[in-house]
Amino acid sequence: MSWLGPDEWQAVALSLKVAGWATALSLPVAIWVAHLLARKDFPGKQVVNGLVHLPLILPPVVTGYLLLLTFGGTAPLGAFLTKLGLPLAFRWTGAALAAAIMGFPLMVRAIRLSIEAVDPKLEAAAATLGASRWSVLTTVTLPLALPGIIAGAILGFAKAMGEFGATITFVSNIPGETRTVPSAIYSFLQVPGGENAALRLVVISIIIAMGALVASEVLARRVAKRMEDA
Amino acid sequence: MTQPALSITLRASRPGFDLDVDVTAPAGLTVLFGASGSGKTSVVDAVAGLTQDVSGRIAVGDQVLLDTTQGTYLPAHERRIGYVFQDARLFPHLTVRRNLDYARRVTRQPADAARFDHVVEMLGIGHLLDRRTPRLSGGEKQRVAIGRALLSRPQLILADEPLAALDDPRKEEILPYFERLRDEGEVPILYVTHSTSEVARLATTVVALENGRVIRQGSAIEVLGDPSFSPGDVRSVGAVIEARVATHHDDGLTELNAGSIPLFLPRIARDPGTSVRVRIAAQDVILSRGRPEGISALNCLPGVVQGVQEGAGPGAILSLDTAAGRVLARITKRSLAAMDLSVGTELYAIVKTVAVAPSDVGGPKG
Repeated sequence: MSWLGPDEWQAVALSLKVAGWATALSLPVAIWVAHLLARKDFPGKQVVNGLVHLPLILPPVVTGYLLLLTFGGTAPLGAFLTKLGLPLAFRWTGAALAAAIMGFPLMVRAIRLSIEAVDPKLEAAAATLGASRWSVLTTVTLPLALPGIIAGAILGFAKAMGEFGATITFVSNIPGETRTVPSAIYSFLQVPGGENAALRLVVISIIIAMGALVASEVLARRVAKRMEDA
Repeated sequence: MTQPALSITLRASRPGFDLDVDVTAPAGLTVLFGASGSGKTSVVDAVAGLTQDVSGRIAVGDQVLLDTTQGTYLPAHERRIGYVFQDARLFPHLTVRRNLDYARRVTRQPADAARFDHVVEMLGIGHLLDRRTPRLSGGEKQRVAIGRALLSRPQLILADEPLAALDDPRKEEILPYFERLRDEGEVPILYVTHSTSEVARLATTVVALENGRVIRQGSAIEVLGDPSFSPGDVRSVGAVIEARVATHHDDGLTELNAGSIPLFLPRIARDPGTSVRVRIAAQDVILSRGRPEGISALNCLPGVVQGVQEGAGPGAILSLDTAAGRVLARITKRSLAAMDLSVGTELYAIVKTVAVAPSDVGGPKG
């Protein structure tokens, strides 16, 4: 990638790392929450649903500031994590957390819809065949919801790649540590003569976003075909 | 007294009716019979453990699945019940082979190739094994569903109107498998239907439900031969007799021997010597005071009137005891009066050969 400068390349690599971790860590939680919302009735369900959607509705800066209040070096939880060797504020790990939280509602929505589309009668049939709840989930519900899970993961990844407001509020814009592609574009636009670098990152962003979208389409189509075909 | 294969005592509240049933069934095939909304599916779902808002006791052999007074509730996946659903409910993301194998995999049983091959061969689904299920025909789906239930090594098979979604030729394709399961006698079967001909062919025991209550319970011959038992549509009334295939004639007829009386029916594809059940619809029977002569009908059964049941309309149903067994005849009240028929009258029941459809003839008796 000779046409990318080292700073730009660093931002792209960091963004991929942050978004990758954010997606990998939030996906299992998103599946669990989506299943809970799709299949179970429990007191406080609307509260959980509201909390899940909060990052989608709140201004990202607010989410970022709340994260800073919770996980900042002087906050009890932040201090505790720092002692454990997992400092979040102003670190790439914090950027991953911010990205995960911002992408979470999108993931849950996509996965919840696909789980709701799975016929509960098939789950009942699986139970009569001896499948425990866990087996029903892993052998029927999740495989049938796979297209939605893939879509949710890609959406979450794309959101994580593009996350700016919460990230810059929570972990700032430190080159090599928290300067992801959007922060880098923002920074390049602040200095004279940075337009070319910014444009190159814009192109990279478009390529990655389109690539993710195409990959999810192909995967989802392959899964759907597998289920319909003889 | 030997232990019943299946005993069900259930109470539950359902929209439109209150379920209150008490069923005790011997081994073989027990039919839950009734119109839609009579509570049949509520009963099988409770037996399968798919509904929880019921009280009572359910036991298969000596295993108690549910006993609300003892606080016993076995979850569905521990009940070892092979449920054949009306809509098959095959897993669309799995091949036929993996559908059949599903129960074994999720319960982590070792593979039993001999049993797998036996079931596949019996159901004739060997050529489908590597196909995905959404593209199978209705009959194929139902055969795979039966196979999947059998291969879960169930202690009880439930079948909820397994033929209702199929057309007549497909029904004929599936019915013999249930007859065979019944006759192999390994596993008791609880079978839901609202079709009288399925009852006649399959039932060892009939449990008739209406508005959530058991209105009649007994053997198929007993229940269907009772003129006071009218299952919804009076046109579907008909008794079942048991007979043995005697010979096949060259003109396309099969001669049966029903308790020393010869019966001629359209060709039945079964070997001489095998037992069959024949359902004779009450509306296809003509009664005659004297032995009829110069008449086209081939079957004439001498008998004695055992009961007369006058309906609300113009019809009446008579039950006759013949050497072949109990036969029901539906005639008009006008004929009843004109012929002066009453209990004890001796007469002849005439049955047209061609009135008996292939679907009225069932395989070896239960």
